[in-house]
Amino acid sequence: MGTIEERFDAIVVGAGPSGNAAAYTMAKNGLKVLQIERGEYPGSKNVQGAILYADALERIIPDFREDAPLERHVVEQRIWMMDDTSHTGMHYRSDDFNEEKPNRYTIIRAQFDRWFSSKVREAGAIVLCETTVTELLKDRNGKVIGVLTDRHGGPVLADVVVLAEGVNGLIGQRAGLREELHPRTVALAVKEMHFLPQEVIEQRFNISGDSGVVIEAMGTITKGMTGTGFLYTNRESISIGIGCVIEDFTRTGQTPYGLLDKFKSHPSVAPLIAGAEVKEYAAHLIPEGGYKAMPSIYGNGWVVTGDAAHLVNAVHREGSNLAMTSGRIAGETITYLKRRREPCDFDHLGEYRKRLEESFVLKDMRKYQKIPDFLHGQRHFLDLYPRLISKAAQTWLRVDGKAKREKEGEIMKTLRKQRGLAGLVADGVRFARAWR
Amino acid sequence: MHIVVCIKQVPDSAQIRVHPVTNTIMRQGVPTIINPYDLFALEEALRLRDTFGGEVTVLTMGPPMAEESLRKALGIGADRAVLLTDRFFAGSDTLATSFALAQAVRKIGETWGEPKLVFTGKQTIDGDTAQVGPGIARRLGLQQFTYVAGIQDVNEAAGTITVLRRAEGGVQELSTQLPALITMLEGTNEIRRGSIADVLRGARAELVTWNAQAAGIADVTSCGLRGSPTVVKRVFAPKTRAAKATQVEVKDRTPETIAEDLIDQIYARQPGLEDDLMRMAAGY
Repeated sequence: MGTIEERFDAIVVGAGPSGNAAAYTMAKNGLKVLQIERGEYPGSKNVQGAILYADALERIIPDFREDAPLERHVVEQRIWMMDDTSHTGMHYRSDDFNEEKPNRYTIIRAQFDRWFSSKVREAGAIVLCETTVTELLKDRNGKVIGVLTDRHGGPVLADVVVLAEGVNGLIGQRAGLREELHPRTVALAVKEMHFLPQEVIEQRFNISGDSGVVIEAMGTITKGMTGTGFLYTNRESISIGIGCVIEDFTRTGQTPYGLLDKFKSHPSVAPLIAGAEVKEYAAHLIPEGGYKAMPSIYGNGWVVTGDAAHLVNAVHREGSNLAMTSGRIAGETITYLKRRREPCDFDHLGEYRKRLEESFVLKDMRKYQKIPDFLHGQRHFLDLYPRLISKAAQTWLRVDGKAKREKEGEIMKTLRKQRGLAGLVADGVRFARAWR
Repeated sequence: MHIVVCIKQVPDSAQIRVHPVTNTIMRQGVPTIINPYDLFALEEALRLRDTFGGEVTVLTMGPPMAEESLRKALGIGADRAVLLTDRFFAGSDTLATSFALAQAVRKIGETWGEPKLVFTGKQTIDGDTAQVGPGIARRLGLQQFTYVAGIQDVNEAAGTITVLRRAEGGVQELSTQLPALITMLEGTNEIRRGSIADVLRGARAELVTWNAQAAGIADVTSCGLRGSPTVVKRVFAPKTRAAKATQVEVKDRTPETIAEDLIDQIYARQPGLEDDLMRMAAGY
């Protein structure tokens, strides 16, 4: 089993957002880059809601809007607190989002990822699909010097390996660089693509042209488990899904598709997707453990980016932008070290962590580090409160000959009875603390 | 022995969607693959090369993006790839396609030596005509074996080939003189996985790209739409055909309720069925 003679500056494992960002950044800067993807084509294994946050991509490919496959730009965000029959919503819609360079888009990942990959190739990287990296190759000092794959022909060598391998992080695990995922820190999300004619989508959501609507939902739809549902408008389809922390699924015995079916048949949701044809079904793990669940993200000859680095801001439903940004920063760091002829060893790759700390990525990850534990301990936030809010809203709105003061009293009484005054205050304080 | 394999990049039919409203095929975003039947042809060619030496040239006609399938073929182990691409070729039916490919095979022969064998898959999954292979053979005056299930023997010295050909009612063992054209059946071999070196070479190789002129095609009126007598009159989704099949409406609820609803409707249409099933379940 001979070694491939040539040596790459960097090998990127995985062709998702963070791997593509890293490979593109390095190739664009003249580095010799090999990207290895196990899927049949880039994007074939990738699943996301999916929202594209323009800013993160713009910093990598400024003119991406010219040819990237985008579905709709988001002009309206709805946040729904749901109980079994109602939702209490906060909607924000602004014509300001109909700007020349919109800020958020809905996308279909299989298409988007292939476009991104074509850019990586244009930039000069070599992209190998249908090839699985099985192991990291280390030298006597434990420095990672290449990878082994499931193809014949021995290892491929590189000065540094970027592990953009996604949430499971199997290669990192096998190499002893990280621990196995914990059921509490990973969510399992399922989603379906519902196809409807463009005009029908536009009528139902009061949109036109390329504009789109995003709904994020929480409440009794997750049966007291930590999780959220979503509904995104694409051009001719609607992405609808729901996800919860894995440990909660095991605890409650609920099934992901059971939740999704319930969510789809909720009276607030069903009319939006009525008559649609389901064409795709997908499931994916999301690393939602936050900052505290992050593995080591750099070491001797390796860096970790994106989902593999657990970079997801669950509160703001952001992930792909953190992935792209971490990939870009990893790429920039490696380029910087190469130009200065510094080795990509443990000491020098610390620069990646440093740059990530200075960016919004780790600042946001730090900000919300208490949220996962908080939600885990305070389940009533996702169950009791949505019910209470819904009940309060209905009491307030129903005209039934009762005096308004009486109604207000009734609402307060329910709140106190269900949670207790002290409980309410404590919840407020706890939430504020976790949020800060 | 020089072998030419004609391949086609086709949409992955497993992932094609029909628009639920307009009934048109939604091509956008459908990944492309090498026509699966062509992979059996490629593998068979590579095996012959491995046994007898020589080279395997893959040839495809298509838009510039067909490059992807050629790189894949190189990654599997082909030695050389030729992309035949020109706007003159757009809209070709099988007559025009076999015309252009035959010319390109001729040109390949002039450039890298006469091929002893030309392979194609038995048909493509997007056209299903199985006409292009025989068309090439006819135009080049090659012996042709279609629906070949296996190659029994190649005698280089005598210039003969013996194949197993699947025919109605059995398998034929047939021999003929080289050069010949063979269209391969599915399931006849297992396509190999290229080594790391192969896939790296495939990713980086300089492809030979010919337009009509470079391929030595002087008569472009025989190419593309102009050279294609076939006219697509209409595309439509077939209606439910079987006499006993009926489409029923179910209320879109949970899988369980949909199943219950369906069962109720079947019982309603077939009086006595429920009783029969119950009796069977009870064991008498």
